Amino acid sequence: MSEQTLKVARRSPTRRSRWWAEVGWKYPLAAVIAFYAIFPLIYVLSASLSDSGTLTGSSNLFSDISFANYQALGETTFWTWVGNTLIVGGATAVGAVLMGAAAAYAFSRFRFKGRRPGLTTLLIVQMFPQTVAFVSVFLLLTALGNVAPALGINSKIALICVYLGGALGANTFLMYGFFNSIPKEMDEAAKIDGATHAQIYWRLIMPLVTPILAVVALLAFISAFGDFILAKIVLVSPDQWTLAVGMYQWVSNQLTSNWGLFAAGAVVASLPVLALFLALQKYIVGGLTAGSVKG
Amino acid sequence: MSKDTAVAVKQPGQHPEPRVSHARNVRGMGWGFVVKLLVMAVINALGISIIMSAFNVEAWVILGASVVLLVVADVVYFTKRAMPLKYMLPGLVFLFVFQIFTLGYTGYVAFTNYGTGHAGSEQQAVDAALIQAEHRVPDSVSYPLAVVRDGDTIGFAINDDGFVEVGTADEPLAPVNGAAVDANETPTEVPGWEIVPRGDLFTDQDLQNTVVNLRVPVSDDAEDGSIRTREGQTGAIYKSTMDWNPEAQTLTDTETGTVYEASASGNFVAEDGTMLPTGWVVTVGFDNFQRAVTDTALAGPLLKVTLWTFAFAILTVLTSFGLGLLFAMIYNDQRVKGRRFIRTLFILPYAFPAFMSALLWRGMLNKEFGVINDLFFFGADINWLGDEWLARFAILWVNLWLSYPYWFLVCTGALQALSGETMEAAKIDGAGRWRQFRSITLPLLMVSTAPLAIASFAFNFNNFTIIYMLTEGGPAFPGTSGLGATDILISAIYKISGVSGGVADYGLASALSIIVFVIVGIISAVAFRQTRKLEEI
Repeated sequence: MSEQTLKVARRSPTRRSRWWAEVGWKYPLAAVIAFYAIFPLIYVLSASLSDSGTLTGSSNLFSDISFANYQALGETTFWTWVGNTLIVGGATAVGAVLMGAAAAYAFSRFRFKGRRPGLTTLLIVQMFPQTVAFVSVFLLLTALGNVAPALGINSKIALICVYLGGALGANTFLMYGFFNSIPKEMDEAAKIDGATHAQIYWRLIMPLVTPILAVVALLAFISAFGDFILAKIVLVSPDQWTLAVGMYQWVSNQLTSNWGLFAAGAVVASLPVLALFLALQKYIVGGLTAGSVKG
Repeated sequence: MSKDTAVAVKQPGQHPEPRVSHARNVRGMGWGFVVKLLVMAVINALGISIIMSAFNVEAWVILGASVVLLVVADVVYFTKRAMPLKYMLPGLVFLFVFQIFTLGYTGYVAFTNYGTGHAGSEQQAVDAALIQAEHRVPDSVSYPLAVVRDGDTIGFAINDDGFVEVGTADEPLAPVNGAAVDANETPTEVPGWEIVPRGDLFTDQDLQNTVVNLRVPVSDDAEDGSIRTREGQTGAIYKSTMDWNPEAQTLTDTETGTVYEASASGNFVAEDGTMLPTGWVVTVGFDNFQRAVTDTALAGPLLKVTLWTFAFAILTVLTSFGLGLLFAMIYNDQRVKGRRFIRTLFILPYAFPAFMSALLWRGMLNKEFGVINDLFFFGADINWLGDEWLARFAILWVNLWLSYPYWFLVCTGALQALSGETMEAAKIDGAGRWRQFRSITLPLLMVSTAPLAIASFAFNFNNFTIIYMLTEGGPAFPGTSGLGATDILISAIYKISGVSGGVADYGLASALSIIVFVIVGIISAVAFRQTRKLEEI
């Protein structure tokens, strides 16, 4: 910005005032917006490095730098939660990709009775979010738990199954469009060459649709990572919690004394996400707008 | 799974060319087939074990559904027909069980009185009433008793005058041969059972609870009562003072003579109006929906909650869309240097996980120690999350913080996709800035962003996370509803349902879920038509 000012200084006063009126004011404004955007993030970093580990002294930003909170994380179940989140999110992502891709392939490549009604039904079903039906999810899992505890309340497998229930509705359309963009002639050529339909699917189609598989996996992981209501209902005991449930519990019980732990945990858990986001920024921006422009 | 096998199996008669079909056969039976066989073996094993345990706990619906699913899976994967189903079945199974079923079940529960006090069948309610009224028979003998176990099953072994008898909650007492007793006549060895050491009863709280609550029927006839124990050493016969008459559907208290009749609302009610605590599930028609609008304790708060839900969702979309669009228009300017850097700074809140943002702001907005009050309001004790209107404002503020970057990105992309020529033409025609924005930029922008805005509205309509993490719906309304000023419908449903503990009312909660479904359905339908309409521009 200082360079800019120097350059401007050499210009005539009228041009300079015009520059200020049209472009210059955007820099101070950007600083204000950036402050609004970043201040909470700076604050949480400062709170995580604070020695006291409570909310009380956290307003004096960076008054002391210590890693006590990060060390204290090791004495809690925080890392178990991280593991649980990765397990639940990872399994959901893999399952959603496998099921969604297979269904999209069937809808895209086969012509069968009930294909159109099936697509329409999926479109309608996905409009009704599973989270609103959490009461019956709870009742269903309670009943299933009496039969098979692994499918009942307080089981990660059950939670994964619940998430996967929403996988087909959410992802099939996304993938269906992408599968359609791959020419059918390729399948036919492979078929003539003697490939089985399983070979066509696994060896030919799947490598070609990798980008959409990655997108669906990421979306499924993020939604499992961020889900709170279902995870809170299903996972009861602290050693089964995901990050969302566990960290909520920290903040809702004795917010003041757990603040340092929360801040450190938030930094640890969000850094990979931030790094990934910034690395993929180009694609995310592109993806968002491509989706939006296509409507 | 493979076509080659199909050729080999189907047509040996027509094309007796063993050389070709043999070679193909070998390849067709390759590792793909082995994998399929292994996967199906595992699925069948799991399915059968679920079916068997469903049989054991008498869960007939689950049993039936599992049998059907397993048969369908085997038919689909071991016949040549239904090729598309081979690909869709896994997803369909999860879709049916965990989404379509739950949606349908919500619809059913909404018309019942399912909840605390109405959780099972009428028979279960009768059993509960009988057990509730069980008392030790006056002056009855107490038997030396030992707690026994077989795997997870806990039972009692009693010494009935020299004969050792064993029973569990499901199996009435039956004599066993070859048991041994010690000097106190307590059974010390029971064939087929493992004696639980008395020490375990003191150390294991769960076991202790199980033992104290365990009732071992004396015989198949419930009237004979059951053996129960207080301390795990002696047992006595307990009999119910209630008498169940299945024909008349009445329970009679033999001590007081009170007669409780089964009512249509799923309770046993005496003539004077007293009710037994345990009822059963019955369908109640539109009662739940009616209660939501007429119940004096509930209707007022629910109306406020509904209004706030709409206000929250609409204002969130408007503010974040507006701010995002404004920033996008300001910084979609070639003359601004370092736009990439500026953009990265602007969208950082979007990269921070949403639930953590809500929790983070909860601390920042804390009344006494929060950084917002300390740094920006000179240490004033502003009760951001405790005051009705401030809390609503705080929710909107935080949601704005974490969602404007999305709109900033979307609008930047959409603006860049707008054709420069149209703008040029408008400029030449003498349109001012405002006119350009109103008549060209905004309508064109809406084509691509309106569907996203409606999706965002629907998402925020059910945005449980931010509400619950930031304020938990508080501050509470006066009264007994348990709802609060910032509760939206879904968090209200969460509180009413009682899934997190407390008094449960699944019926009312499901009825409200249905209402939310209807609203969301209407929004989606409108969105669908709107998208079509806008695209015609």
